[in-house]
Amino acid sequence: MTTKKPDYVYVTYIATTPHKVWQAITDPELARQYWGDPNSGCARVNVSDWRPGSKWEHQRVDAARTVDIVGKVLESTPPRRLVISWARPDEAADDSKHSRVAFDIEPYSDGLVRLTVTHDDLERDPKMFAGVSGGWPKVLSNLKTLLETGRALPRTPVATEHR
Amino acid sequence: MDTDKVFKALADATRRRLLDQLHKDNGQSLTQLCEHMNMTRQSVTQHLQLLEDANLVVIVWQGREKLHYLNPVPLQEIYARWIEKFERDRLRALRNLKRSLEADDDKKA
Repeated sequence: MTTKKPDYVYVTYIATTPHKVWQAITDPELARQYWGDPNSGCARVNVSDWRPGSKWEHQRVDAARTVDIVGKVLESTPPRRLVISWARPDEAADDSKHSRVAFDIEPYSDGLVRLTVTHDDLERDPKMFAGVSGGWPKVLSNLKTLLETGRALPRTPVATEHR
Repeated sequence: MDTDKVFKALADATRRRLLDQLHKDNGQSLTQLCEHMNMTRQSVTQHLQLLEDANLVVIVWQGREKLHYLNPVPLQEIYARWIEKFERDRLRALRNLKRSLEADDDKKA
């Protein structure tokens, strides 16, 4: 725990298990179903062996596997806590440009899991600050829907009719 | 989390103002938030508690100080369920148009 004030804190409660939340974050086969926008073909996945000290990459699921974000695994305690650093690929070598994301996965009452995403050290990069604030709520809302219903978008008559 | 709690929490101008304050400057203490609100500390605490129960505000302890963070995830869920759903037909029409135009290009190529 840092003594610095976090930039963003996001919390969602999901009717699932900590293991499934961990899998959904770290397993590309699951992440591609909800991360980014699977419908418009801009799904994104996180690729790493998830060992402390290893590199990780945030990749687009396209032919080129474009890498949008890179970083290192700072802490990895499956299925409870994952901490990663977060930087643009061209700034990966410059530690001062890294921000930090922590995923805390805790069992909560009534069969719920509390997932907290904390993003720190963004203040040096206002553009990343703005981009990140729009992205996380959607990712977490989709993650919750996927784990609770088996699909990333809420099921509606319109969506099912054309399946 | 209970969607009713989110709608109830939002159905109050003071609580929406508190969310706006946190949107402007995230992670404020009760004392900081009270500076912008023309009401007693106790009333602000009660409003914050309702926002916290609805998961719209999340608490982070920084030493002995309690910091309040705006948590927009429940708002995103409402957006996906109650707003985006009604836009989906229009979005699909656009996507189909794009696909058919791109298919035409493929034939020409």
